Amino acid sequence: MIITEGLRKRFGERTALDGVDLDVAAGTVCGLLGPNGTGKTTAVRILTTLLRADGGRAEVAGFDVAREPGEVRRSIGLVGQHAAVDEALSAHQNLELFGRLYHLGKAMARARARELLDRFALADTGSKAVKQFSGGMRRRLDLAASLILAPRVLFLDEPTTGLDPRGRNEVWAAVRALVADGTTVLLTTQYLEEADQLADRISVLDHGRVIAEGTPAALKSDLGGDRLDVVLHDAADLDRAAAVLARVAGAAAETDPDARRISAPVRDRVSSLADAARALRDAELSIADVALRRPTLDEVFLHLTGPDTKKVPA
Amino acid sequence: MTALRWAVADGWQVTRRDLLHWARQPAPVIVGLLFPVLLVLMFGYLFGGAMVVPGGGDYKEFLLPGMFAMTMAFGLEATMIAVSTDVQRGVTDRFRSMPMAPSAVVVGRCGADLLNSAAALAVMLGCGLLVGWQAHGGSGATLAAIGLLLWLRFALLWLGIYLGLAVRNPEAVAAVQILIWPVGFLANTFVAPETMPGWLGTVAEWNPLSSTVAATRELFGNPGWGGESWVAQHATLMAVAWPLAIVSVFFPLSVRCYQKLSR
Repeated sequence: MIITEGLRKRFGERTALDGVDLDVAAGTVCGLLGPNGTGKTTAVRILTTLLRADGGRAEVAGFDVAREPGEVRRSIGLVGQHAAVDEALSAHQNLELFGRLYHLGKAMARARARELLDRFALADTGSKAVKQFSGGMRRRLDLAASLILAPRVLFLDEPTTGLDPRGRNEVWAAVRALVADGTTVLLTTQYLEEADQLADRISVLDHGRVIAEGTPAALKSDLGGDRLDVVLHDAADLDRAAAVLARVAGAAAETDPDARRISAPVRDRVSSLADAARALRDAELSIADVALRRPTLDEVFLHLTGPDTKKVPA
Repeated sequence: MTALRWAVADGWQVTRRDLLHWARQPAPVIVGLLFPVLLVLMFGYLFGGAMVVPGGGDYKEFLLPGMFAMTMAFGLEATMIAVSTDVQRGVTDRFRSMPMAPSAVVVGRCGADLLNSAAALAVMLGCGLLVGWQAHGGSGATLAAIGLLLWLRFALLWLGIYLGLAVRNPEAVAAVQILIWPVGFLANTFVAPETMPGWLGTVAEWNPLSSTVAATRELFGNPGWGGESWVAQHATLMAVAWPLAIVSVFFPLSVRCYQKLSR
């Protein structure tokens, strides 16, 4: 449903996209993951016809974005940082305006507006101006506005950036409902957890290139899945504890002397936690804290782009 | 043919959006309409006593055509603010990602701003009549004068669209708000250029605003200042030519800036 081949874009001296290949199957969610400035938004802007690529080819819903922009625009919806609604108007006025601009007749535009307001729990906002909305409500209205024509492909550019956990959950629930209806979604995010929650496949972008691609499970198992953090009372014990932890985890452990912390990837969550606690106690190390957690995006990047932290071999 | 029909229909929807803004937030619109009225009262009554109209005549009769043109010039800010805000907030991008007529974004802006300026002009004409100004020309001449004023506004629209797209920064709007004052005053709006130092008077005579003001004074049959220079002698011609020149420079520049959004 979305295909790009060798997509390139430069802004003056800066290369934003350096040959990006994507292939998103119909009815699936593709997560484009990466920190700020890696070209995620540039890719979305090219795919939604807002920006022209310098090289390569892109196809959305079977239409070439450069040669058939009108057809592409009829097939897509765009939500996020760069698509917005009119702050001075009410939710209904916004949806009716966009409906009319999608060339629905007046009656149709109104009916569709009411339908979408109901679906996104915005019906009771009445004539309240959008600028008085909470972040989550605004983003839901953004989403509703991009669904007026029931697009086959939906682009979400960092849809939960700046939202509180409640707003984030609201947006996630709305996206899941859409995917259940068969919409193809391309989602950009800085949060590994978000990609993990929503995406069928993840492409990791770095410096305008896809440096890893696969299912969230595959990417995480590449990383060794979850991580076990151990914080010590005494920094002098760090090396000894790291050796113990590396043996239990069967993988290299990283140490952070400032935080008196050791961290290692683990495969089996519960039993590794128990094993590690027992082994550390047997070694008579004084432990301040032990915790299991998901790898952070930083760790994914360190792993994929070549780590330079100090490692203790297993 | 259908393409043209949709261009008009979509442009109207974008214009309607501004009309909805006015209905929802009337306060700034009313303040905008009343501000030039305040200036008329200030200059007409506060400073008016000290003003001498060249060749004699009532100062208010002299002042009002100047204020009409100033009101048109004030519209520049409104255009610029609206354009740059839409680009910044992403509303322009939303429009550009939709299958609507691409021209509608600017056509709609033109429609809304011309309607707003027409309303402002109507208020000013009413205010003029109340303070004792009158159009002494025939109805044809009066309509021609109103046409010239809106023609100037139309030209400034493209300057506003260009500036809004080029600077994309609300702080820059403040600079334009300030700069519009010297441009407005450095003309024949409030005083005759003859009373200024020689070189400054020449600059004031060549100010596009001066041509529109002089031409409308003629058409309304209001006292003006004759002026010996070529530009003062050909005020009506220049009141058509100046806005045409502005449009022919800033229309292509605006189109280029709009296309640059996708570069």
